[in-house]
Amino acid sequence: MIAFMIRRITQALIVIIIISIIGFAIKQSVGDPLRELMGISVSMEEREEFREKLGLNDPWYVQYGRFLGNAVKGDLGTSMFYKRPATEVILEKAPATLELVFVSSLIIIFLSVPLGIFSAIKPNSLLSRLLMGGSIVGVSIPVFLTAIMMVYVFSIKLGWLPSYGRGEVVMIGGWGTGLLTVDGWKHIIMPSIALSSIMLPLFIRLIRSEMMEVLESEYIKYAWAKGINKKRVWFVHAFKNTLLPVITVGGVQLGVTIAFTILTETVFQWQGLGFMFMEAVERSDAPLLVAYLMFVGIVMVGVNTIVDMIYGLVNPTVRIAGVK
Amino acid sequence: MQKLFTRLFPILLVLLLAGFVQAKTMKLAMDADPVSLDPHMQLSGGMLQYSHMVFDPLVRWTKETSIEGRLAEKWERKDEKTVRFFLKKGVKFHSGNELTAADVIWTVKRLKDSVDFKGIFEQFEIPVQVDKYTVDIITKVPYPLLINTATYIFPMDSQFYSGTDAKGTDKGVINKTGYSFANDNASGTGKYTVVERQQGVKVVFKEFKGYWDEASPGNVEEIVLTPIKNDATRVAALLSGDVDFIMPVPPQDMDRIEKASNVKLVTMSGTRIITLQLNQQRVEAFKNEKVRQAIVYAINNAGIAKKLMKGRATVGGQNSPNGYLGYNADLTPRYDLKKAKQLMKDAGYEKGFEISMIAPNNRYVNDEKIAEAAASMLGKIGIKVNLKTMPKAQYWDKFDEQVADVQMIGWHSDTEDTGNFFEFLLMCPNKETGYGQYNSGHYCNAEVDALTLAVQSETDDVKRTAMLKKMEKIAYDEAAFVPLHWQDLSWAGKTNLQIAPIVNVMNFPYFGDLVIE
Repeated sequence: MIAFMIRRITQALIVIIIISIIGFAIKQSVGDPLRELMGISVSMEEREEFREKLGLNDPWYVQYGRFLGNAVKGDLGTSMFYKRPATEVILEKAPATLELVFVSSLIIIFLSVPLGIFSAIKPNSLLSRLLMGGSIVGVSIPVFLTAIMMVYVFSIKLGWLPSYGRGEVVMIGGWGTGLLTVDGWKHIIMPSIALSSIMLPLFIRLIRSEMMEVLESEYIKYAWAKGINKKRVWFVHAFKNTLLPVITVGGVQLGVTIAFTILTETVFQWQGLGFMFMEAVERSDAPLLVAYLMFVGIVMVGVNTIVDMIYGLVNPTVRIAGVK
Repeated sequence: MQKLFTRLFPILLVLLLAGFVQAKTMKLAMDADPVSLDPHMQLSGGMLQYSHMVFDPLVRWTKETSIEGRLAEKWERKDEKTVRFFLKKGVKFHSGNELTAADVIWTVKRLKDSVDFKGIFEQFEIPVQVDKYTVDIITKVPYPLLINTATYIFPMDSQFYSGTDAKGTDKGVINKTGYSFANDNASGTGKYTVVERQQGVKVVFKEFKGYWDEASPGNVEEIVLTPIKNDATRVAALLSGDVDFIMPVPPQDMDRIEKASNVKLVTMSGTRIITLQLNQQRVEAFKNEKVRQAIVYAINNAGIAKKLMKGRATVGGQNSPNGYLGYNADLTPRYDLKKAKQLMKDAGYEKGFEISMIAPNNRYVNDEKIAEAAASMLGKIGIKVNLKTMPKAQYWDKFDEQVADVQMIGWHSDTEDTGNFFEFLLMCPNKETGYGQYNSGHYCNAEVDALTLAVQSETDDVKRTAMLKKMEKIAYDEAAFVPLHWQDLSWAGKTNLQIAPIVNVMNFPYFGDLVIE
């Protein structure tokens, strides 16, 4: 286990260093941060002077060296727009995104598992057919379109749900949560549904097909032959084995979900990391961009590590292989 | 969870009731929030809008593009270089300090130190105090735009910003990229104080009880500003009633807002001219006046204003909009395809040629579509255009590098004066003086240069007007650039907001005067 962790941490470090190099290399082409910092009538001379002061005239590897030196000390640079340390800005925005991803994950888990199992057990029922048809439509509609359509129907036409923002936020320590107020829950409904709209159909289909495969396997036939209770066969024997690939895919898809938060958060003006990232790109706020990329890198590596560990718990064969 | 909810419920109820009591709250959605609380940190529309809420200028523009006094009760020109301002007495800053001449002097000094504002205040000397409430603002040379420029003087509370803060830094320091006292704290004379601010999330403004302007009809006690970047979301927030006022209004949604029953759209003719510059250094043919004229004649800018802009723009033949001193009524838009073809023939370019063109795609209203339309119109006189559009974050670097033969730029005169267009867009580019900084066409005419410099210090309005008109005429005759249109300004809000009286060409609605019925 310790060897596994050390290997993982080393891998994580390498990934993060690579991400930071890429981030630095592309930051030259996202545009000139001075455009956002200065008025249009400021003279060239003034601009040049200011650029020199910020160290933007140095070659990128010199800037990168300076950045690494500070990063070791835990300083990822100061956001040009927020005028505060980039890590501080990210930590402040992270709760919003994490809550959004959390609620979407709940929606995905609690809907995809029962629906997936149902359509595997009763593949010919009307509901199953509807689900399969509907899931194709769901996967094909882009997130932002789903989001805008929901805003149109539920905010503008019906006036049931607020169209933007997080609503009332309660501070608990450094964590601003919207999950403790009615207003906060009202605000999170549409963004979380929009965000889950891509993954949900995918998971229903995945669980269905895995489950159907498992139901065909020898040991299930044996279980039927033994006359074991129907429910026990479905939910204990079959479902447990269905979970393995679902967990793997789930871990990978979490990264994709983070990518989709960028779209969802932009449409709903959700003040999280994805929204912050879009704004940072538009403002050419390079320190914040690089810090965000590194943060996402760390999250991805962390999630995959946890997934591998859970995998070990669910599937003993992996553990046994590890011991060898 | 249950327990928590029962505990929170009374609090929620109180908050809900409190919401009913404070009736005159306006929820405002803009595309961005102020980047700082320091009015001198950046010269941008958003920051000036903020300045008008928390600070007050000496004088300001009215809806009719004339000047009215604010903190200056009256003013008189003493000589060519001096204007004497008489301050209103008894005006209080948010900190409780009284506004005096010393604050005005301190503010102008600070403006001259600000990277963004020093250009505008280049001509200004440090003002001289006459008595506690009277101050002489002096320029180095005779300067006709002194009053126009005074609209940028928002006196700051010099006592409040003097000394050092807890971190030991000078409170008055201007910092663009890091912490400064002034970036986080403000004390002005304006109607509103900032009571809560989460950058990029929201700013809450509350009415300042000691506000001096009791004559103002405004009755908004609280303004909650939420930046909503996405156009569709901002409009949805207005239509669903989540916010009361939005600016800017995306052009594709204007019809929808006009049709909706609970909201209204207010527009007025703007002063930002959208132009195309023809780079004479890159393209030999553009040196030929006839070719430039042919291009101006070939582009149906009236059609663009009518069809593409859906009539929400005023077609232009010159830089200056109607109302500016330099506006020359004779310089009408030109569109005549036959004549354009003839001009190309006369110039010896009957067969046409191929050029490149760039335009932004998120800077001006319909910028990308306008560029596409212009490109296809040029195709009719045999000029094949390779158009590339890009987001503004990348565009301005490319613009400065002059990577294309035709480049789009829109310009709004900071001083609401004709001279400004020429200084930045049409004077011979000169790195040392900084003139012609955005003249990517390299149009260069010694007479225009001489006139532009001369009007800077001509204080006789009649003479000055004649000179400005002449400048426009020369640029028109020589087809120095391609004028397209002045885009309309627009705002939208709920029907119970009286928006029309508070808007102006500078695009800073004076929210202090807003009446909610």
